[in-house]
Formats: sequence, structure tokens, C-alpha cells
Amino acid sequence: MKDLAENSGPTPDAGPDAPPAIELRGISKAFGPVQANKDISLKVAKGTIHGIIGENGAGKSTLMSILYGFYKADSGEILIDGKPTEIPDSQAAIAAGIGMVFQHFKLVENFSVLENVVLGAEDGALLRPTLSKARKHLTQIAKEYEMNVDPDALIEEIGVGMQQRVEILKSLYRHADILILDEPTGVLTPAEADHLFRILRGLKDEGKTIILITHKLREIMEVTDTVSVMRRGEMTATVKTAETSPEELAELMVGRKVLLRVDKTPATPGKTILKVEDLKVVDEDGVERLKGVSFEVRAGEILGIAGVAGNGQSELLEVLGGMMAGTGRVELNGESIDLTGKHSDGLSRRKRGISHVPEDRQREGLIMDFAAWENVAFGYQYDDSYKSGWLMDNAGIRRDTEGKMERFDVRPPNPQLAAKNFSGGNQQKIVLAREIERNPDLLLVGQPTRGVDIGAIEFIHQSLIQLRDAGKAILLVSVELDEIMGLSDRIAVMFDGRIMGERLPGETTEGELGLLMAGVTDGEGAA
Amino acid sequence: MDFSTLIQILDSTLRLATPLLLACLAGLFSERSGIFDIGLEAKMLIAAFFSAAVAYDSGSVWLGLLAGIAASMVFAAIHGVASITFRGNQLISGVALNFLASGMTVLIAQNWFQQGGRTPSLLGKARFEPLTLPFADALKDVPILGPLYSDLLSGHSILVYVALLAVPASWWVLFRTRFGLRLRAVGENPAAVDTAGVSVIGLRYAAVAIAGLLCGIAGAYLATGLQAGFVKDMTAGRGYIALAALIFAKWRPWYALGACLLFGLLQALALRTDVVAAIFPFKMPVQLLDSLPYILTVVILAGFVGKAIPPRAGGEPYVKER
Amino acid sequence: MDVMPKWADVLLVPIISLLLAFAISALVILGIGKDPVEAVKLMVSGAFGSTYGWGYTLFYATNFIFTGLAFAVASHASLFNIGSEGQATLGGLGVALVCLALPWPHWTLALPAAMIGGALFGAAWAFIPAWLQAKRGSHIVITTIMFNFIGAAVLNYMLVNVMRPEGSMDPASAKFPPGASLPTLHDILAVFGIPFSKSAPANISFLIALLACVLVWLLIWRTRFGFELRAYGRSESAAVYAGISPSKIIIVAMLISGGLSGLMAINNVMGEAERLVLNSVEGAGFIGIAVALMGRNHPIGVALAAILFGFLYQGGAELALWMSIPRELIVVIQGLVILFTGALDNMVRMPIERIFLARRLSAKSGE
Repeated sequence: MKDLAENSGPTPDAGPDAPPAIELRGISKAFGPVQANKDISLKVAKGTIHGIIGENGAGKSTLMSILYGFYKADSGEILIDGKPTEIPDSQAAIAAGIGMVFQHFKLVENFSVLENVVLGAEDGALLRPTLSKARKHLTQIAKEYEMNVDPDALIEEIGVGMQQRVEILKSLYRHADILILDEPTGVLTPAEADHLFRILRGLKDEGKTIILITHKLREIMEVTDTVSVMRRGEMTATVKTAETSPEELAELMVGRKVLLRVDKTPATPGKTILKVEDLKVVDEDGVERLKGVSFEVRAGEILGIAGVAGNGQSELLEVLGGMMAGTGRVELNGESIDLTGKHSDGLSRRKRGISHVPEDRQREGLIMDFAAWENVAFGYQYDDSYKSGWLMDNAGIRRDTEGKMERFDVRPPNPQLAAKNFSGGNQQKIVLAREIERNPDLLLVGQPTRGVDIGAIEFIHQSLIQLRDAGKAILLVSVELDEIMGLSDRIAVMFDGRIMGERLPGETTEGELGLLMAGVTDGEGAA
Repeated sequence: MDFSTLIQILDSTLRLATPLLLACLAGLFSERSGIFDIGLEAKMLIAAFFSAAVAYDSGSVWLGLLAGIAASMVFAAIHGVASITFRGNQLISGVALNFLASGMTVLIAQNWFQQGGRTPSLLGKARFEPLTLPFADALKDVPILGPLYSDLLSGHSILVYVALLAVPASWWVLFRTRFGLRLRAVGENPAAVDTAGVSVIGLRYAAVAIAGLLCGIAGAYLATGLQAGFVKDMTAGRGYIALAALIFAKWRPWYALGACLLFGLLQALALRTDVVAAIFPFKMPVQLLDSLPYILTVVILAGFVGKAIPPRAGGEPYVKER
Repeated sequence: MDVMPKWADVLLVPIISLLLAFAISALVILGIGKDPVEAVKLMVSGAFGSTYGWGYTLFYATNFIFTGLAFAVASHASLFNIGSEGQATLGGLGVALVCLALPWPHWTLALPAAMIGGALFGAAWAFIPAWLQAKRGSHIVITTIMFNFIGAAVLNYMLVNVMRPEGSMDPASAKFPPGASLPTLHDILAVFGIPFSKSAPANISFLIALLACVLVWLLIWRTRFGFELRAYGRSESAAVYAGISPSKIIIVAMLISGGLSGLMAINNVMGEAERLVLNSVEGAGFIGIAVALMGRNHPIGVALAAILFGFLYQGGAELALWMSIPRELIVVIQGLVILFTGALDNMVRMPIERIFLARRLSAKSGE
């Protein structure tokens, strides 16, 4: 293990002799045959913000779950403030002063903020005294750390940023000295994320220790004091943030030089394939998710849609892919598409030449229990080439699948294997093979490389570029700004159900896009 | 229909609503914690048998009650092991327990008493006697209120009053105590409870045990209060009516009282065809009265009259996410 | 990778569960002071020892194949159809109405008409819960339970107020015309010169049940609709992505399921009783759940499990007759079988998975 921080002396905030707030020694954890954590050792100094960075599946969340008593490590030792501590369950973690803010909030939706905060930390068997005491305490902490929340608001009625604050307040209410945040900014706008970082710095100044788990290099560089890198279940390095660079961290994360750029020639756009005018979508809860979106995608180009998750990009893909109803006007090759149907239009979209690689391959793109060959037919079950009489031509589909698996380098190339048994990257290749080889006029792609290993990312990016070069139109949605910048020929930024503006990748910066993603338009930015 | 008939019908409504109410509250605790329970019927039935059998053998209805509760709790424990510990399908577990109770009661009854799968009739101390509330006799002759108090409210077995008191008690436990807060939370989002350092499994077992207790009382009341002894399948679908009442009540204790009284009234009317014939201008088939609780519940479920939203985590075993 | 090989999942786990259920059943028999070994012998000889026994075993199995297939089809769409009982009840009404409608000249005409009647009524009874689930989001488990009771009330009303012949006190329909009488296995096998008990109720419906197994297999695994049904059952969100309409799947799957339940009536109503009586389904709808669970929702498994339950039913009847063990023993055994093969599946599965995992790991480290 490469441990640069060790040699460069203690962190400035803690005295040289103070024991680390958290020390892990040789933590290992396996799930069946999968080794999620291998012999991990780590020291986090008191009163610092410590980042843990790594790709999806690197073992970050498992490690933190061990620290929070969700899993028991197979071997290894945890020391809190220098004292060996057993953490068999969450109760013990809380008692040891550890608080955790999970990526998916653990809140009871139809409870009030106050009830969520006291849940599990009540003073006595009766609620009323607990609640009135907690109300005072809560207002006090909220004021102290500038986190105003209405204690009586129901969770289901407040926004995600607010919900995250409730999670932090929950930990503080339990007197946590160590706060772990797992991918906290995934659902936040850049402005909300900045606010979160201000709160975290405030907590640090109060002497709290913070562990920030993320895969975003920018956040690490912005807010942490030290950073540890995880790769394939191992802790590969711990360095001081001030002494490293994003490039070095990226290399440590993936274990080799990363091609952050995508090789491609300039686009030669042809005729307009997709034309969207004033597209609006209202979801099942009556919330307007798309508030009048207009744009075009031409043959031979990739239009990238940037934005923080939850600003309407998912709904845009879903309505174009026929999963949701909408209003407005959408034309494919000059002919309008029916937007009124609910849920059952995927088949007709495919017939019209629209293919769709959905954002969530495990929940949408694939049936995880189905064999690979069944997944290749999935969505195309009515295709003439897949039928034999009035039955499905299962043998024919299997043969077709073998070919697709070979061309897209899916490993293992076994059509009978269930989708759940492939790695994330190979699952995504199955989806891509199915959708791309339909030779669509328009390909809708959402988060093409989420949870995919680096090797597969390059392959997937190349496949998309090839399809573009073959003269097809591609609409790409991704929350990874790097991916948008690398692949797109044009970039549109979405915020709150609207397109805030279009940019060319060569003529814009991440900073400018970030402002648009936060809803700051040109006019306001200049003012 | 004269006033005394009305009092008679309301009186029998109260008696018939009692087992429904206890079972409904049992289901309420269980489902509020996220455990579906279609085995209310089973727990009532096994409790009915054991309470009657032990009450007959010992001559003490109280021992009978305890035996009934114990039997019901054993069934609750099986449901808990299957659906909490082994994360099995809660519906299937309920179906299995319903079969088991239906068969076991007759099998044991036949082996124990050799009377064709029933217990001998209970007499004297082996039954719950009616309680006369204070001043019931004195107030008897006061117009209107007198009969309401002396004939309708007074003169039931103690378990009727237990059932009525169980309503405010359940409300208080669910909405005014720490246990209640946690119980409601575990039925909505068990992960929130788990990460707050509270045992999901413990809470759910507690809820299932309470359901066992309440069903035990319900079954004991059936065999030793409402009737004098156990007969084959004597619950006659009451567990399912209680389930219907629970949905009708949208998983709330006071509404449960209302729903069970309504369904009790329908049962009481079904027993008095003469009254039914007098009330309705057309010929009201008794089968329609019988099935009205189910039809009303379907209407409620259809969401045409207010939406019944069950606890969000209901029916799903809790598995920690990675 | 899947932890267990397929054979362990399909055979080993259910067989161990079954053995556990039987072991406890043996304890129950001991508990009531009888000899389990003798009981088993009696059950086996009673159910399989004669063509008479076989005739009853297969008669019961026919009911369970229909209800088991019904549950399995709904299950593949991830719908828990607990309403087979009510659907079969209504199916009986449909069959009876058809049989009584005309003075049928021959069963070859009566049977197809009765099948349509039974299936239509059963499907209709499943349609309302299905529609409510698809369009209003009403939980299908609860609505189908409610429909079981409503169905029982409907049958009761029809028998008491409408179909009861003049002067009869019995809440039952008139006897079906002789032309609606189905050939029994005795009649069918006699054509091939094979002797078979004349008094056992097994009839041509058994062959139709087997045919239904084949058709359900084709439907689920070979047709496009079956593909969509399975896809929807595994992942609703993915089904929507692929353009599969959830409402269509829910409604059609439940119609097929209810239709299969309703078809059961050609066996018990038309084939055996030859008139409609109260509670003619006798719990077969619920046993269908157990049969489908044991058969892992596969038609072959369903057929085998149905024969097993037919054996339990017929064997249990023999016990009641010869060992004075109440017939309810089979209800207990059913309960135990459902408990162990269904609800406590993980209790058996988890240790077995651990064994396979340990073996794989040691095999790997040995490489």
C-alpha cells in the first residue's frame, strides 16, 4: 500500500499525539465468492474531512457499511479514538458516535421531520415529552449549522436537498462526532452541493470528523483534507488533497492512465431526424416534469443532454421511448409521433426506428432473471425474424444472440446465462448490442456507462461514435459531465424541466455548464 | 320495527362485532409493522378450540382464555418465523396456517373428546358470564337511555369490554408511544428503523405477538362467550371479515371500531330475517347481507370512495441493502 | 452465478421440504395415538393399490391440475391469485347452466359447450379483481379473497332461490340430462380393453387437464404473449420500457387463470356430481396454490404435485374409513406441505445453498 499521508506528518487540525478518530486495521469482507474488501487499513484524523474515492463497485460502500454495523467484517479491527471498538450493529455505531447519511435516504416518507429525527433516539417510552424536547434541540442545532428545516413538514412534501439535511440532523441529534456521507451530491444541483459543503466545513470547524464517499474528483479536490483511493476492494493510496491532482487520483482509481478524451472526428450532421417542440410531461403525482422542451437532433450527430439527476432528463427519454405520455409535438423523419399513449408505446417506437438504451439497465433495460437470449428478444418479441409460426423462434433467437455477443465482446459469450450473472459492463453491452444492431434512425441513450468498468466504457463510447459515423442520430443523457463533453457534438443543459441553453463542446467550459445546470441563465449570469 | 327490537339488534351487533374488532386490531398491529396476515382466521380458530377445551377440562374459563391466547401465539410465532426470520411469502404462510388450524382443531378435538370434532358444551364457570354494569338495574326504567345502558351496554361478557377498550389502547400505543412510532415506521420504511439502530426483526415479532394475543382473545370469546363450546370451523370467515374491516378502516383503530360495528350489524341483521323483511321494501336476499362486508370492501379498494393506502413496506421481507 | 445447480432448486429443495412436512405429519399421527407406518401403508394401498383408488386419486388430481395451472399462470405474471376457489365456484355455475340449458344429445356436444361456460364464468369472476388491479391499483390478493366469499354467496343464492327444482328442500340444482354425462376412465379404457374400476369418478376431464398442461406450457414459454407475461412478472419497470402494457398482461393473465379455475367444474360438477351443489369446490382452489408452489409453477411440476395431493386426498379418505383418523388429517398435511414448501422455503434453501457454496469454494481453492 502506498501511504503518502503517513510520511508527510499529521494533518494540521489534530495534535501530533491525538489518536485518529477512526482507524481501520486489515478489514476484509467477502460476499460469497466476491471479495468486496481486501485487507483495508485507514486512519482518519480528528476534525478533518476525509474523502474516499473509487469507481462503482470498488468497495467503498461495503467498507462504510462495516463501519456502520450493517455488515460484520470477516477479519480486521476498528478503532475509534484509539480504542478498539466492536460494531456489530447500527446501535453500536451510533453509540460510538458515528452517523451515516446514505445515498438513498432512510426516511419515513409520511412522518414529520421531527418524528424522523427522534426515531430510534427517543428519551422514554412516551412520545410527547420526547418530541417537545427534541423540537427545541433540533431548532438549536439547525440554527447552529444553518440548516433551517420545518420540524413539522412531512418528508414526502420536502425536496431532496432538505431531506438530506434531515439525515444530517438525525446524526447530529444523536451526538455523532464522525459523519459519513455516501455519494451525497448525486441528487443535488451544484448550488445545493455548495451549500452542503459549507455545512460540512462548519461541522469540521466544530471538531467533527467527516468521511465523504464519492466518485467525483471535483468534490474531493474542493472539500477534503485527505483522500483515500479504493480500487477492486483494496485501498490503493491515501494522500493529502493539497498534494495531489485529479489526474493522479484518476490514475490511482483505475490503475492505469485514463483516456479522458474520446477519439472522434468532427461530426457531419445531415438532415433532421428528431424534432421536438414544446414537449411537456406531467407525472403520476401531477408534477410537471417537462415544461416545454424544444430541440432537434440531426443524422450523424450526438446531442448530449447535461444536467443534475432529476431535472427532467429521465422523463425526456421515457416520453420519447414511449414509456410515458406527454403533450407537444415530436417528429421523427418529418412524421409526427403519437404521445398520448401510456406505457404501451415502446413497441411502436421501435417499429418507427427509435431504439432506446435506458438509464437503468437493471430495472428497465434487462430482465435480470431472463437468459441473455431472452433479453436480446426483449422489446422485439413481435419481430418477424423472431417468430416461427405463431410461436417464438427460440432457437433462432439463441443463434442471433451468439452473433451479437461475439460482435460486442460480451463475456462470457453464453446465451443461456441469466442477465444477473453478467458484470455491469457486459450487461450494458447486451443492451447496446440489442439496440444498436436494430440499425435505428434514432438512438436514445441514458447513462450509458453508469456502473461500468473502464474497459467497457471505452468500448461503449466507441460503439456510439461508430453509430454516429454511420449517419444515425443519437440523443445522449448523462449526469457525467466528462462523458457529455467527450461524446457530444452539441450540448443542451436541462434544469427544472427546461432546456437552459445549447453549447458546443469546444466552445464551453465545465464551469459554464455547471451554472446552466444550476438554472443560472446567460442573462442572470451577466447581471 | 319497535325500540326493543332495535335494542336487541344493536345488542347482538355489539356481540358479533367483538371478535371482528379484536381480530381487526390484531391485523392492524401486524400490517402496520409490514407483515400481512391472512391467518387471522387460523389464530382465532385454534384459540377458540383450546380455550373451549381447557375451560371444559379445568372448569375455569380464565384458564381457557390463557390456553387460547397461548395457542394463538404459537401460530403467530410460526407466522413470524416464516415471514420474518426466513423471509417467506407472508400470504402463503397465512394460507398454510389457515389449513393447519382448520385441520388440527378437529383432529385434536376428536382425539380429546370423541364428539365428532367438537368440544362438549360449556356450562357455568367454564363460560364467560355476562357482567352487569353498575346501576344497570337502577337505570333500567329511564326512558330511552335506560334500555340503551342497561340492555345494550350492560350485560355482556368481560371480553366485549376488553375489545372496546382495546380501541383507545391501540390508538394510544400506536400514536403516543415510542413503540408505536417505531412500529409504524417499520411498516413504512424498515431501512429507516434499521439504520436508526432499532431492530426491525424485534419490532416485527412484537407486532406479530400482539396480533397473536388479540386473536387469542377473539377466539376465546367466540367459543366461551359468544357461544358455549367449540364446533368445527366456527370462525366461519370472521378472520377475513376482520381483514376487510381493516382495509375499510384504512389501518386506523377508531375507524376499525366503526367498520367492525357496521359489519357486526350486517351479521346481526342476517340473523333476523324478519326485521330485514320489515325494513326493506323489496325482498332482500340474506346472501347479499352476508356478502355486503366483502362488497363494501371491494368498493373501498377500488378507490371510488376514498383511497385505502396500505403501509408501504407491507408484505415485503426486510433485506439489508448493500 | 446462481449458487445452486438447477436440479437442486427444482428437485432437492422441494423434496426435503416435503419430507419435513411428512415427518411432522407422522408426529401428528403418533400424537393422536395411531401408527404412522400403518397409516402410510393404508394411504398408499388406498390411493394406488387398485384401479378404484387410482380412479379417485386421478379425479382429485384433475381438480388440482386445473387450479394449480391457474395459480401458476397468474404467478408468472407475479399476480397472487388466491381467488381460484371463487372462480371455480362460478365455473361450476357456468357448467351447470350450460348442462341444464338443453337436453344434450351426446357428451361430445355438451362437453365443449360446458367448457366454454365454465371457463367464461371463471374468467368473468377473475376479471373484476383484475380490472381493479390494472386500472385502480386495488390489491389483487384482497379483492380475490373478497370475491371468494361473494362467489360463495352468489352460488348460495342461485341454488336456493333460482336453480333448486320445485319441491326440493336440498340447495342443489336438478340432475343434468343423461346426454351431458361424461365418459369415465372406465369407459375410455374399456375401448382399449383395459379394465378400470367402474365406480371411481375419474373421467375424461383428466385428459383435458393434461392437455391444459401442454397448452399452458406452450403459452408461457413459447408464445409472444407468454414472453411478455413472464417479462412483466419479473420486472414491471422493464416491461413498460419494452412496450408491454401492464394492464393488458394483468387482465389477460387473470382471465386465463380464472378460466382454468372455472374449467375445473367439468370434472367435479359435470364429471362427478352431475348436478350443482353447495361448496362443490371443497378447497381445491386453495390447494392449487400448494400444487403450483410445489410444482415450481411449471406444468409438469403442477401435474406431479396434483397427483401427490390427489393421493393425499384419496389416502386420507381411506384413513378415515379404516383407521378412524378424521378426514381432517389431510387438511393438516396440506397445511404442513404448504408451510414447508412455500412459506418456509428459505429454511431449507439457505443451508443447502451454503453447502453448495462451500463445495464450490473448496473446489476453487483446490484448483
